[in-house]
Amino acid sequence: MSGSAAGPGFNWNIVTDLRSMLAFEFMRNAFEAGTIIAILAGIIGYFVVLRRASFATHALGHTGFSGAAGAVLLGVQPVYGLLVFTIATASGMAFLGNRATNRDVEIGTVLAFALGLGLLFLSLYKGYATEAYSILFGEVLGISASGVSFTFWTSLIVLAVLAMIYRPLLFASLDEDVAEAKGLPMLALNLAFMVMLAVTISIAVQIIGVLLIFALMVTPAAIAVRLTKRPLTAVLVSVSVALSATWLGLFISWYEPYPVSFFIVTIAFALYVIVRVGKALRTDASPRLFASHPHDAGPT
Amino acid sequence: MAASAPLPPATHPPVGPTARSGAPAIRAERLEVRYRDKFVWRNASFEVEHGEFVAVIGPNGAGKTTLFRMLLGLHWPSAGSLSVLGSAPHRGNARIGYVPQRHTIDRETHLECDKLVRLGFPGTRWGPGDRFRPTVWGPRLRLEAERDAAAQVLADVGASDLGSKSLGSLSGGELQRVFLAEALVGNPEMLLLDEPLSNLDLRRSRELVETIHGLVQARGVTTLLVAHDINPMIKCLDKVIYIANGRVATGRPSDVLTSESLSALYGVHVEVLRDSRNNIVIVGGEDDHGEEGA
Repeated sequence: MSGSAAGPGFNWNIVTDLRSMLAFEFMRNAFEAGTIIAILAGIIGYFVVLRRASFATHALGHTGFSGAAGAVLLGVQPVYGLLVFTIATASGMAFLGNRATNRDVEIGTVLAFALGLGLLFLSLYKGYATEAYSILFGEVLGISASGVSFTFWTSLIVLAVLAMIYRPLLFASLDEDVAEAKGLPMLALNLAFMVMLAVTISIAVQIIGVLLIFALMVTPAAIAVRLTKRPLTAVLVSVSVALSATWLGLFISWYEPYPVSFFIVTIAFALYVIVRVGKALRTDASPRLFASHPHDAGPT
Repeated sequence: MAASAPLPPATHPPVGPTARSGAPAIRAERLEVRYRDKFVWRNASFEVEHGEFVAVIGPNGAGKTTLFRMLLGLHWPSAGSLSVLGSAPHRGNARIGYVPQRHTIDRETHLECDKLVRLGFPGTRWGPGDRFRPTVWGPRLRLEAERDAAAQVLADVGASDLGSKSLGSLSGGELQRVFLAEALVGNPEMLLLDEPLSNLDLRRSRELVETIHGLVQARGVTTLLVAHDINPMIKCLDKVIYIANGRVATGRPSDVLTSESLSALYGVHVEVLRDSRNNIVIVGGEDDHGEEGA
């Protein structure tokens, strides 16, 4: 969103404040879509962090940019272009194997090409600046009721698939070689995860844009894994952080003339810094700070 | 570092059905393996009996991990026959526990050790987790049984105190114990351990070998261990599988680890030296092995 919703002033009565902003359909749509996407991104984000697929996530967002720009050029909804391009790229990564998501050089090369392609599509389109801005940085206040509905059903399908493969995916994400030896279908799991990631990115871009996708896809989960060692708890914390950043970002943007995406990213970043500093201070108080690398052979 | 804990009494079935039928745990006949167009090794015939502790030794790239992948049904021999626990190798063999050489787990993995070990039970189950299923009594019993079993295998490998720790905070030796516990989930009849001693100092290598040897004796589990240095385990071994130069030699350590045997294997003169403590140093092969142990 390029500016605030420019509502009435903040009066410290949260109920009244919320009632006044939710009187507007575009704010209701933004809260509904934001909630759905935050839940989905918080859950999928945990696996992104577990699988060290942050850069792949970033790259998928960028390939989505070219897809969205191409869709705009063709006169269709950007989210369809996003879905086509991100799913195609994600499938390619899945066929290369889980470790392909860690191939920085190859991913970076594809990422640069995708951005260039997106730039070409946008230059061919007359409404260049506005469309580019909304794809790059998100346009949550512009989501329609049908957009919310599409987001809801798409997210529901992704979550249903994830519920079916949660345990094998967790196992394969943590310990690929053992999972393969135990007979898990690694290609199918990789493909399923990458497609779920592509779909999540495609709909999350509506809120946060391709350039700020980390704020919802990576930062909440990165916070969560530093707060708990239990997978289910980490997923819940990740979702909570994503929801908090999205809701607070939308709330603040109602009163301030700055983009929603900025507030979401800033809140997520602030939480991350607080957690890291807090953990560092705790570690500082323990002798482990002075220990050798945990995986090194200990003293003899 | 968790100290080596005394092993519990052998409450586990010491041998599987194939042992009762008299078939060896592993039987390879004129086995040949290729990787793409290249021969890795050929004409390998050997047997491993149930409950044996076997070291798989050889230079880097000799095909030691490939042997494990064949036993796990992840790689097929190009010729010859191979039977594992009485049947052809197949993927997802629950009777085999496996500790791979390269784990994706590192200091950035913030997960309880207990959770990793317990994934061995439900990790291959599909559908919503037990705690989300409408029935409560059955799954709860199963979860409790899994929790107890995970605690037992962690105790068996001397890692009871590591269950609640984060994987990323463990030392190399502690991690290997947790991986070993993960492999023991489900009470396998065979353990395949791919370089569990790498990155461990001599003391911790010996402690881990003692633990593994204790498991072999207490559970009767057939164990194959890939290692670069045979010295930490040489006193515990029943057999050695030595892979080098595209060929495989097997037998008792005293028969295989001789200058004559290894010279024949490598096709060049190889010297096997022993120090006053019976530590072995192999000189003259493609890749020298063994270290002077303390």
